[in-house]
Amino acid sequence: MSDITSQSLFELTSNIKEKKLSSEEITKAFINRAEKSKKLNVYVTNNFEKAIDQSKKFDSNPNLDFKLPGIPIAVKDLFCTNGVRTTAGSKILNNFVPTYESTVTQNLWSQGAILLGKLNCDEFAMGSSNETSFFGNVQNPVGENLVPGGSSGGSSAAVAANLTPVTIGTDTGGSIRQPASFTGTVGLKPTYGSCSRYGIVAFASSLDQAGPMTKNVRDCSMLLEVISSFDQKDSTSIDYKRNYYSKELSKDIKGKKIGIPKEYRVDNMPDEIEQLWKNGISYAKDCGAEIIDISLPHTNYALPTYYIVAPAEASSNLARYDGVKYGFRSPGQNLIEMYEKTRSEGFGDEVKRRIMIGTYVLSSGYYDAYYLKAQKVRQLIKKDFDDAFSKVDAILTPSTPSSAFKIGEKTNDPVSMYLNDIFTVPINLAGLPGISIPAGKDKNNYPLGLQVIGKPFDEQNILNISYALEDKINFKNDISDWWLSE
Amino acid sequence: MSKNSEYLIERENKQYEVIIGLEVHAQVTSESKLFSQSSTKFGAEPNTQVSLVDAAFPGMLPVINEFCIEQAIKTGIGLKAKINKKSVFDRKNYFYADLPQGYQISQYKYPIVGEGKVILDMPNGQKEIGIERLHLEQDAGKSIHDIDPNNTLVDLNRSGVALMEIVSKPDLRSPDEVNVYIKKLRSIMRYLGTCDGNMQEGSLRADVNVSVRLKGETEFGTRCEIKNVNSIKFMQMAIISEANRQIDLLEERKEIDQETRLFDTKRNETRSMRSKEDAHDYRYFPDPDLLPLEISQELIEKIKSDIPELPDEKKKRFIDKFNLSPYEATILVSDIETSNFFEEVIKNSDVKLATNWITGELFAVLNEKNLEISQSPVSAKNLSKLINLIKDGTISGKIAKTVFEQMIDGDQDPLIIVKEKGLKQESDPKAIEELINKVIENNSDKVAEYKSGKDKLFGFFVGQAMKESKGKGNPQLINKILKEKLNG
Repeated sequence: MSDITSQSLFELTSNIKEKKLSSEEITKAFINRAEKSKKLNVYVTNNFEKAIDQSKKFDSNPNLDFKLPGIPIAVKDLFCTNGVRTTAGSKILNNFVPTYESTVTQNLWSQGAILLGKLNCDEFAMGSSNETSFFGNVQNPVGENLVPGGSSGGSSAAVAANLTPVTIGTDTGGSIRQPASFTGTVGLKPTYGSCSRYGIVAFASSLDQAGPMTKNVRDCSMLLEVISSFDQKDSTSIDYKRNYYSKELSKDIKGKKIGIPKEYRVDNMPDEIEQLWKNGISYAKDCGAEIIDISLPHTNYALPTYYIVAPAEASSNLARYDGVKYGFRSPGQNLIEMYEKTRSEGFGDEVKRRIMIGTYVLSSGYYDAYYLKAQKVRQLIKKDFDDAFSKVDAILTPSTPSSAFKIGEKTNDPVSMYLNDIFTVPINLAGLPGISIPAGKDKNNYPLGLQVIGKPFDEQNILNISYALEDKINFKNDISDWWLSE
Repeated sequence: MSKNSEYLIERENKQYEVIIGLEVHAQVTSESKLFSQSSTKFGAEPNTQVSLVDAAFPGMLPVINEFCIEQAIKTGIGLKAKINKKSVFDRKNYFYADLPQGYQISQYKYPIVGEGKVILDMPNGQKEIGIERLHLEQDAGKSIHDIDPNNTLVDLNRSGVALMEIVSKPDLRSPDEVNVYIKKLRSIMRYLGTCDGNMQEGSLRADVNVSVRLKGETEFGTRCEIKNVNSIKFMQMAIISEANRQIDLLEERKEIDQETRLFDTKRNETRSMRSKEDAHDYRYFPDPDLLPLEISQELIEKIKSDIPELPDEKKKRFIDKFNLSPYEATILVSDIETSNFFEEVIKNSDVKLATNWITGELFAVLNEKNLEISQSPVSAKNLSKLINLIKDGTISGKIAKTVFEQMIDGDQDPLIIVKEKGLKQESDPKAIEELINKVIENNSDKVAEYKSGKDKLFGFFVGQAMKESKGKGNPQLINKILKEKLNG
């Protein structure tokens, strides 16, 4: 048997079900590795003591019908966890301990999983490098001083570094898929309405979705099966029959029509990304898929549209962090001064930047020119996909325009940082499911990802395509454990 | 409407007309809040009716309370208004300590109810007031500034309670019309059970828009909005004071600033709260946590079929069926409890007498004791018994008043009072004739005067005869026999 922490979710659950491993052994193995991996800075808050207690409790009376029997899982610190501090990577929630559980994490615990701890992320999920976190940046296990992507950077790093078997992140404009791509892991953003947003600290409500981040496609299907559910507590949750994604997982994609959108061939795209895409296309062909050139004409407008819609919603969603009810408060002589000091000191620069952009685009006199226009363009982008999906079953693109960059490389250039999301944001705007799978490496040996985009609620299809491609690509992450301390 | 009933404010041979529009905030009658399951009960300990949603905890999401939607539709139907099959909840963004989300969920561009109307019964006829729209929104919490010397305390019990904002067109022209409008609106909502209309508990409040113009002018003047006035009396005072303030400015050839003002009830004047320049930019946008609200025709039809008879229809029926005057009918339908009481009384008794007794004696007692009709000291059952005693001649109207006074004390049965006190009317013609003979004998001088042409003395003889009967003589019989004796 290979080292516990390097096992996939599938292997760990099999070993638990076959009683080859106990929950306690597994939990302790991940905790031991975490103790030696502080340099990566993936944890904001650990739940190690309670996790060991819970694993013992599981072992004393194991329920092997669970889909995640006694499996320890760390989650992004954007999910509210009952009794465990939840910060959203922000100083303003530095001391916030929820008395309630998000639906998505509750779904994990209801299937036997155990909370290992809360993973670092960009502040309020605003960032593409995990550098906006109040709790410091996260190291990408792929290479020293490399960003792990963002905003689910702690999550991607934790999966890649074998600090959690799987994890869940959230994706508003690419926050699952881009970090997955940067760390050589798998990340799926489900259809909007698939996973409940109840109990997830909101960034941009019309775009936010939780999703699985895993080592491989099969684990991804297993985890999606657990977290996706209809929830009456979220009015945007959709009541539809969800697949048994792991059971129905299949490499048979013969005859599937896969679209290649010409607009994703952006200026200055590195040759290696172009090559990666070509390889993906030929693998798909090898699997018997039919490749069809398609057009998504409004792709160019997706990024500016996203950077109007998301900050607009965020500016309103973050108004509740005012020092009155919970979280950080900086006292003032009067209410206005208290607000100003609390929010000036409590929020970081990127969050403030987006609150200002959002406030601006919603202001009277600017609303029509920005927010309303962006909503119209959003409909056009959606329609592009609708049209494309009348011809194809799925769409294949690169996940990101580059591999992981150095910590600090883009912190002073927000626009170049935002450009990282160029291939991922259109999918959020259209509410579609998208998955990033590791598909190759660049000249520095850093991982690169391919993205498969599906029709609404067609997660099974993109999982199957990814499963088939994964087999052909046979990606191996080259991680040297350079950060481990004794 | 006749000219002389117009409400005009005079200045040096000039007459100013006052233009008023109201934004009424009516609390929806509902067990739970608009987007959460917390109770809406009034008067609970502070912050005991607050859910995580109401307090805007991270990750909490609003879920629409369908009952509140139905209540709004019901009210819309009561206002003869268009129900919009698609409406949208928007966020109205502003910071305040008692607004936990940092925004109020309201409806901005697409309200649930569109244009409707309310008919006012004014002394000189009916007047129609247009309704611009009705939309649903959340109430805020309450900031309390006078408990702690250094801090403001916040009570979130009210936070998230459903309100209907009912916006009138600028069709109101006087404080009297405002009085009648608010009462009518309240009456309709109480008939429907959609708002209890309790102004003391804040279930009904209004923002009052006032502008003035010279009589005959067709353009509207610059308006000011007086925020959050919570009684009809204060609304009327505020309108008069604000209209005069604006007229003073015009007379001095000064500009009226469009602004939001507050009414100071102690000083009876409005003062500026914020000018147009300082007006909040609420940055309304559709709430992404809520899908657009879609209402099916089936639901509208179902609610329509549950709508009770409303004041206007009831009034028409009372006039047509019971032959009441419009004035009487208006009074009796003004609130549902009164009309129910009336209908209960007339089940077993005369309509005309019932009308007079309810609008006369009973209302006088209620007024004097400051009671609602639901707290009436005399039940409908006993009042109808009393009316029957009058109708069948057992007691006279005058005796009935004595009986009624006693009935008030613990809702006593008039039959028992009449029996115990021996108040039954004397209707035996022989007995009446006897006592009239006595009166004629004792007043021979007056009889002579009467016969010589002093007709007015007839009343004197009636009085004497009544006195002789200790008030129990049947007045019709006394009249009849007296006439025979004196004129015969």
